[in-house]
Amino acid sequence: MNVPAKYIHFNSWLQISVSNLIVILIMLAIFAAAILIPFPGAHSKSPSDSGDK
Amino acid sequence: MITETQTPEDSKMWTARLRNSWQRNLPIDKLLPDTQPAYVASWIYVFGVLTLVAFVDILISGLILAFAGPAWYHTSSLGLFVNSLHFWGVQLFFVFMVVHLWGKFWMAAWRGRRTATWITGMVAFLASIGTAFTGYLIQTNFDAQWIAFEAKDGFNAVGVGAFFTPTNIGQIMLIHVALLPLVLGVITVMHVLMVRKRGVVPPIDALPGNEAL
Repeated sequence: MNVPAKYIHFNSWLQISVSNLIVILIMLAIFAAAILIPFPGAHSKSPSDSGDK
Repeated sequence: MITETQTPEDSKMWTARLRNSWQRNLPIDKLLPDTQPAYVASWIYVFGVLTLVAFVDILISGLILAFAGPAWYHTSSLGLFVNSLHFWGVQLFFVFMVVHLWGKFWMAAWRGRRTATWITGMVAFLASIGTAFTGYLIQTNFDAQWIAFEAKDGFNAVGVGAFFTPTNIGQIMLIHVALLPLVLGVITVMHVLMVRKRGVVPPIDALPGNEAL
C-alpha cells in the first residue's frame, strides 16, 4: 500500500493501473462464464420446450 | 366513506384508488411468483439477485459500523472484520452490478415497456457510485485525504463546491450513512417492483410463446 501504483501505458492515449485492469479482466471473465457455463437443471432447447415452466 | 349502495371497488377514497391500482398493476401472484420462464435458467440472470445480496450485506455491516463507531472498527479485531465485510461487500456489489448491467445491455432489457426498469437501474448505478465515493472519503486515512482534495477541485470546477465539500467529514459521513442509502434503497425497491410487474426480460431470440409479458 505504501508504494505507487503500477500503470500500463498504451500508445500514449490509454493509461490504466494494473489493479484496475485486473478487476476489469475478472469482470469480463465472470461475464463470459455466466454466458457459457450451463445452469444446473436447465434443459436444452427443443421444439416442444417453448412454453413457460 | 362507502355508502350502502357502493362496493369497495367504487369508493373514491384515495386508499381504495391506490389499492385498486396496485391490484390491477401488480397482483400478488406477480409480486411473489413461484415459477419463472424457462430462459431464466441461465447464470446471467443470477447477477441481479447477487447484487441485492451484496447490498443487504453492505446495509447490515454499515449499520453495525454506524452504531459501534470508528473507535471500535479501527481498533478491535472484530471491528476491523466488520469494516472489511463492508468494504469487500462493496467490491462484490459493483462487480455483480456491472456484470448484471452488461447482461441486460446486450439483451436490450428495455424492450417490452421496460424503459422505466432500465432507467431506475441506471439511476441506482449512479447513486451507488456516489455512495461508494462518500464511503472512500470517510476512511480517515491518506487515501481518503487524497481523494477528498482531488474531488474538492472537481466539485469547485463544476460549480457545486458550495453545496458538496469532500473535505468536510461531518457532511460526507451524513450523506454516506443517511441520505444515499435511503435514496439507493428506494430506487432499488422501485426497480425490483418494476421487474416483478413486467417480468424478467426474455432473450432477443426467445420464441413468441416463451416471453414473460
